[in-house]
Amino acid sequence: MRKVAVVAAASRQEEKMLDNEVEMMVPLITDVRTQTGLDQTDICFTCSGSSDFLAGQAFSFVMTLDAVGPVPPIAESHVEMDGAWALYETWVKFQMGVIDTALVYSYGKPSPGSLQDVLSTQLDPYYVAPLWPDAHSVAALQARLLLEQGAITPDELADCAVRTGTAENREDYFSQPLLSDPLREADCPTYADGGVALILASEEKADELCDRPAWITGIDHRIDAHHFGARDFTAVPSVRLAAQNAGVHDGPIDSTELHAAYTTHDLLLRKEMGLGIPDTPQRSYPIQADTLMASGLLRIAEAARSIWDGSANRVLAHATAGPILQQNLVCVLEGKEN
Amino acid sequence: MTDVSVPSSLDGVEPVQSVRTPIRLEYTFTPGVAAQTYLREFANKKILGVVSPVDGAVLVPPRGADSRHGALCDEFIEMPHTGHVGSFCVTNVPIPGRDLDLPYISACIFLDGADIGFLNLVAECPPEECRIGMRVEAVWKPDEEIGMTAENILYWRPTGEPDIPFGAAGVRGWHVREEGEANA
Repeated sequence: MRKVAVVAAASRQEEKMLDNEVEMMVPLITDVRTQTGLDQTDICFTCSGSSDFLAGQAFSFVMTLDAVGPVPPIAESHVEMDGAWALYETWVKFQMGVIDTALVYSYGKPSPGSLQDVLSTQLDPYYVAPLWPDAHSVAALQARLLLEQGAITPDELADCAVRTGTAENREDYFSQPLLSDPLREADCPTYADGGVALILASEEKADELCDRPAWITGIDHRIDAHHFGARDFTAVPSVRLAAQNAGVHDGPIDSTELHAAYTTHDLLLRKEMGLGIPDTPQRSYPIQADTLMASGLLRIAEAARSIWDGSANRVLAHATAGPILQQNLVCVLEGKEN
Repeated sequence: MTDVSVPSSLDGVEPVQSVRTPIRLEYTFTPGVAAQTYLREFANKKILGVVSPVDGAVLVPPRGADSRHGALCDEFIEMPHTGHVGSFCVTNVPIPGRDLDLPYISACIFLDGADIGFLNLVAECPPEECRIGMRVEAVWKPDEEIGMTAENILYWRPTGEPDIPFGAAGVRGWHVREEGEANA
């Protein structure tokens, strides 16, 4: 397996941004190119993730290429998925041996529309989407099963909310009204506009571009069934398998960056991947600011940052897409070469 | 179709050939700094362009970045209301949702001093007389109908001035600039 590292990252999140997608991404893309001293002609491959359903515009990613600058022409690709999957596509391209450097970015601006409605459109178009279930209610279906089965307890939810910064203490948590019963506001994400850009480099290049490259030593993504009736809401076999294939258990994990937009998801992901409750906090929490299409790639950026600043040496980054943890990507980043 | 086993009550019924599941999503578009600035002044009958920080190219209408290089453009300049036709198309077939008399001319308009063109209508000109390099000027809506919208200019009409040379018209301006000459 060819070694690939994250060597630069830039990100921005705000609850409601008045810049358009291009104005939001230019400073981030410029920042990572400046950090590495690369200009666009030095970058072998550019790959992005975004959703037309957020922009309300067909082929919206093409317009965002204004922020990259395709003159002279660039090798480019796009996924209608979280940017973590754009990173996976790019990683595969590295494995093919055809690139040495890459720009990966993703962004989402849910504020112009209704994200709850947009998320409904990802559901089964014949039997489920026409009923317009909102995302919090779908998450609540899962939460009730987990609670009634005893897989998680209300106190665990409260402690998770405290740990992820959405409640001050248990008392504060239990005083909140139920939003989508059994979920309270502190269990559910606050949505934000935002974007993230990364530079990846091969083993031949990474050390030139970064003092302490964050090496991708394992990466895998898996998907569970689409139809709600075909899934066990209390288990996430896809993340279990992805973690296993990414080699999560081959060594100690110093810190985790989970794409958990609900307290229930944080607890369930930890259970499925055999992770304990962390001593060190995540660098940022999707439950406080979740940016559809960017939150997953941002987890990988945050994992890389904790390697760059020396606070960790082996970090797990996780990304999810689809309703209630349907698709999962797990990536292990390491500071030292093995 | 594969054979399926259905209750006998469904024997011989007409097959369902389509299902309607209407989806409607509403958006409040965020124009961004560049388009906001442009549209505010457009409502005052002014046309703004931006200057590329990379090579000084003038881009109209502003989109926020020099799309060739991914560089933010924050220097705005006011443009004249005259330009030329960079290329054009004569439409002879009705398009659903377009209430225009046929035939009509769609053209890439290059304002004087601009390095890129934009799409607009050309009128007061028989289609057979429209040509690349033809000089045109803006025909605005009546003042009371002007607002923050791309619809402020009804169309562009010939000025009658001499054409600019074919080789200097339209997007060729890029290549002139690349060779180090200023684009008129």
